[in-house]
Amino acid sequence: MDFLMHPLNLVTFFPVLGVLVILFLKQEQKNAIRWVALVTSLITFGISLAVLAQFNASNPDLQLTINEPWIQVAGWNIHYYLGVDGLSILLVLLTTFLTPISILSTWTAIDERVKDFMIFFLLLEVGMMGVFLAQDLFLFYVFWEFTLVPMYFLIGIWGGPNRMYAAIKFFLYTMAGSILMLLAILWLGIHQGTFSVPELIAKGGIPADVQLWLFIAFAMAFAIKVPMWPLHSWLPDAHVQAPTAGSVILAGVLLKMGTYGFLRFNLPLFPQAAVKAAPTMALLAVIGILYGAAVSYAQTDVKKLVAYSSISHLGFVMLGLFALNPQGIQGAILQMVNHGLSTGALFLLVGMVYERRHTRDMDKFGGLWKVTPIYGALTLIVTLSSMGLPGLNGFVGEFTILLGAWGAGDAGGPLGSHYYAGFAALGVILAAVYMLFMFQKLFLGPVTHEENKKLSDLNWREIATIVPLLLFIFWIGLYPKPFFGLMAPAVEKMVTLVHGAALAALP
Amino acid sequence: MLLSEVSSSPALFHLIPWIVFFPVIGLTLNIIFNGRLSEKVVGTIASTASGLSFVIAVLMAVGLAQNHGEPVVVPFLEWIHIGDLQLDWAFQVDTLSVVMMLVVSGVGTLIHIYAIGYMHEDVQHQGNPRMYPRFFVFFNLFIAMMMILVTGASYTMLFVGWEGVGLCSYLLIGFWFDKGEDGIGNALAGKKAFIVNRIGDFGFLIAMFLTFWAFGSLSFMDVFPKAPEVAQAMPGVVLAITLFMLLGVTGKSAQIPLYVWLPDAMAGPTPVSALIHAATMVTAGVYLVARSAPIFVNVPQGQNAVALVGGLTALVAATIAVAQYDIKKVLAYSTVSQLGFMVAAVGMGAFVAGMFHLITHAFFKALLFLSAGSVIQGMERGEHHVAHHAHEEIHARKKKRKKKEEHAFDPQDMRNMGGLRRQMPVTFWVYLTGAVALAGVPPLAGFFSKDEILLEASHLNKPVYILLVLAAILTAFYMGRQILMVFYGEPRTAPAKHAEESPSVMTVPLMILAFLAFFGGLLNFPGIQTLEHWLEHTFAFFEVELESLPFSPAVATLSTVLALASITAAWFLYGREPLKKGEPDPLRRILGPVFTGMENKWWVDEVYWFLIVDRYVDLAWFLADYVDWRFWHDWFHEKVVLAGYNALSRILAVRIDLGGIDRIANGLADGTQALAARMRRLQTGYVRNYALSVFFGVVVIIGYLMFR
Repeated sequence: MDFLMHPLNLVTFFPVLGVLVILFLKQEQKNAIRWVALVTSLITFGISLAVLAQFNASNPDLQLTINEPWIQVAGWNIHYYLGVDGLSILLVLLTTFLTPISILSTWTAIDERVKDFMIFFLLLEVGMMGVFLAQDLFLFYVFWEFTLVPMYFLIGIWGGPNRMYAAIKFFLYTMAGSILMLLAILWLGIHQGTFSVPELIAKGGIPADVQLWLFIAFAMAFAIKVPMWPLHSWLPDAHVQAPTAGSVILAGVLLKMGTYGFLRFNLPLFPQAAVKAAPTMALLAVIGILYGAAVSYAQTDVKKLVAYSSISHLGFVMLGLFALNPQGIQGAILQMVNHGLSTGALFLLVGMVYERRHTRDMDKFGGLWKVTPIYGALTLIVTLSSMGLPGLNGFVGEFTILLGAWGAGDAGGPLGSHYYAGFAALGVILAAVYMLFMFQKLFLGPVTHEENKKLSDLNWREIATIVPLLLFIFWIGLYPKPFFGLMAPAVEKMVTLVHGAALAALP
Repeated sequence: MLLSEVSSSPALFHLIPWIVFFPVIGLTLNIIFNGRLSEKVVGTIASTASGLSFVIAVLMAVGLAQNHGEPVVVPFLEWIHIGDLQLDWAFQVDTLSVVMMLVVSGVGTLIHIYAIGYMHEDVQHQGNPRMYPRFFVFFNLFIAMMMILVTGASYTMLFVGWEGVGLCSYLLIGFWFDKGEDGIGNALAGKKAFIVNRIGDFGFLIAMFLTFWAFGSLSFMDVFPKAPEVAQAMPGVVLAITLFMLLGVTGKSAQIPLYVWLPDAMAGPTPVSALIHAATMVTAGVYLVARSAPIFVNVPQGQNAVALVGGLTALVAATIAVAQYDIKKVLAYSTVSQLGFMVAAVGMGAFVAGMFHLITHAFFKALLFLSAGSVIQGMERGEHHVAHHAHEEIHARKKKRKKKEEHAFDPQDMRNMGGLRRQMPVTFWVYLTGAVALAGVPPLAGFFSKDEILLEASHLNKPVYILLVLAAILTAFYMGRQILMVFYGEPRTAPAKHAEESPSVMTVPLMILAFLAFFGGLLNFPGIQTLEHWLEHTFAFFEVELESLPFSPAVATLSTVLALASITAAWFLYGREPLKKGEPDPLRRILGPVFTGMENKWWVDEVYWFLIVDRYVDLAWFLADYVDWRFWHDWFHEKVVLAGYNALSRILAVRIDLGGIDRIANGLADGTQALAARMRRLQTGYVRNYALSVFFGVVVIIGYLMFR
């Protein structure tokens, strides 16, 4: 019983309880199902706050750990090992925070097979929590793969007209990357005699050339997930076809599983390889920033525009991670959260107008700020957050990332050139270009389409889904101290570890 | 040093955050009560909020005077602390920032009051009274952001205000976002302003990164004392800092090469042009250089670059101003030109002269814009009057035609004006005051501040001195031209004939500003130099020496004579024989093709559009359509990814998979074979089967784990 009531087990598996309740409801009891799902996810959010309350921010190590032997056959030493530290606590909270918001956004948008939808949605939350909490590589892999399944169905059943193509593409690309990671995990587990991440880090001793191969194997899985340029071609399909709530979770949380994977596994497990690969990773990140921004500008479908903007934003995160200094990595972690909030909110907002007009073609809009002032004002704030206006959350992340990357560009630093940060900073200009373009196409100018003249402004439920996100957009922008405070010791430890290992490798 | 400063500071200084809070409270009230308050109340709330900021600014000045001008940093809240990076919300109260606070909130409050009247008519004219409160929300937001800009104690906090005022500028230029050319012109002008400014902000960002890694901090109190030492150790880095900062300055303060957004920004309502695009926001770049004086004085090349950019801008913009017909466009290019004077001054190291001109310019240019707004609305009233009469007298069909003509009527075109001094006497007199002050005729404010810049330039930088003198000649000329075209001669159109004077809520602020534009020169009167002594406290604290040159009768006489000569030249062209309706500009006869170039703004916008904007749009479309979609998304996906899966699955199916050895490979192989065959008609069962098996497997494992 103690095991079951452990806070990390609770926060991970509580949604299963909601699934069980929903299983007993009939397909037609749509509102009951919605309420059960919403309440379940809200309680899960509450549990995650309890986890936060027990979390000691000054401790750089894993906390609230559960470590039980799980599969112990044929010399395989697999544990059921959960734990949380400064690297993951914010992502755990982001997940539990975005899930109820997403569920609330489906209230009227999802009207078919509500029961199946909610079951998949809650199971998805289980998978995501597992990914962020698992500290055993095998267990991590199980959760990692598990998240694919509900998302596959969410896209494949409730998606747009081209949903099967998108769902299968999503599935295949992610699987392809994962297989290499699975091989690397098995190699590590058998060769080093443990799947436990902290033990593997402590043990170290993997030769530099092997590290590089393992680094690449892990990186393939994560880079596709992020997605890093040029492995991104599944993303626009998945985003455009997914239902709104699916896009919110996909952008808000699932992409962060990739960046988180780099942070949790690639950096500490293969520090020498990480230092060696840093310029390459940073180069891909910078290309992603500029490429994503340019391609985003040339879209006509607003959802696709937001999807490509994710490639640009996640490029910033990757650049920060491979700056390998405290500013870069803390900025990167914060930017993961920021992107979840801003892009999540953008997808919600796009979903709201889609529900009214059943089109996402930007040429079909214009002048909406006059018709729907509240909708316009809220979208404006989110747009500004997304393009990194100081005083809002995006700036704090981007500024610290770029500052860190600039420092890493000093001679002898991991990047060794200021061009990375310099070109990445150009992305700040391009972000203004595509975000303001989007805002103009939707909201400014005269109302040219008859259908738009009678659009209703947001209702209370819709405002309620956006306002919590806005609160954090302002909070992080003005007073990010509590957020940085949660991650600072863990990041310091990580930076010391990576730099130490890299120095030790020098002749 | 820093801590002792704070602990010994009088309690008065702890009021400083309220200089931001008051306008924030004002805008919050107007958001909450949106649509439920009368226009008068909305405007009063906003003006009071801005006025209270002015009170705080005055209190800060008093506090500093008691404190013997010693700079004070008032910490408020921690912001970003990572490793060595220690950024706070902290307020810099020193004689330099207080001058900016006073100008911004003082002139800002007057313009708020003026806007109560102006916007009342404007929302009627535009047919959307619901927008009235929104205007004042944005206006208060601007004051708040501007205050963050001028009070920030670090480059990053300054940058928050810097981009914040840019946002307000964007929102207010495009305030009537469904108006302008093709209904989208205003919105596009706003977007242009924001994006061009972002290019400048890119420079500012890089300057900040360089500063942080060279100085280990971004707070003024930490950076400035180290400047000589760092400049000695790494001169290249410090030069780069100043040059990237200059890029930021060219964006915000509309200098070459990024000045192109400011003339378009005139799409905003006129109080916006006065407050943001003349008196306050655009001077932020001048403030930035003056603020960073301790850095700039260590790199002469950086200073030269700034001065040269300023001098060139002053001249080029003045040539364009000469040939404009839109009353606001003349003032806009004049603003660009005058900002060039200020930038040149602070670039040369004449920080006091630059700040002095910033202040006097805030007075007379705000005055000119607001008077221009009064002229425009006077014309609109005249137009209304004419249309009203048409309604009474003329047949319905004719009226319809009349309306069509009216639609094309431009109340801002000076060719449609003429003789307005009779219909709008108050506006005329205040306009004249502003124009004479700008032209640099003694004893008005502009004479003293411009003379000080010219005096310094004649000593410090001869090439820039010549550029500025030429610009000054043109300044007096285009202002003479404007006055004569607008107020003298006979009315060239019916609306000009029936133009009406503006209400007192507008004219009273105008009179106050006219007073300031007349007597503003006293602030730093030669020999007394109040402003210089006031600012000296701050510059001396950061060990920047101010070289005070004695008043030079030669320089002053020369610039006065030149100004009067140009005004006379303007009179010969536009006054002696006033422009008739439909007659071409007399200057065109004299200058020929040069006039065409000036009239078309030297085609700079067209060149930028061709070289940069179009190229980026092409590139984006090429990347999106060909590279990303057709090649990468379609071709590569089908020919490489799917074909690869297909080949692999065949190998696995034939060679390895003999009855379910490897379920994973099997499921994948089947799935992809089907996929490759026909994507859209795919029997999804295969992938689903595989997915379900993973799924159930995991459920079983979890179940085992939980209930073992």
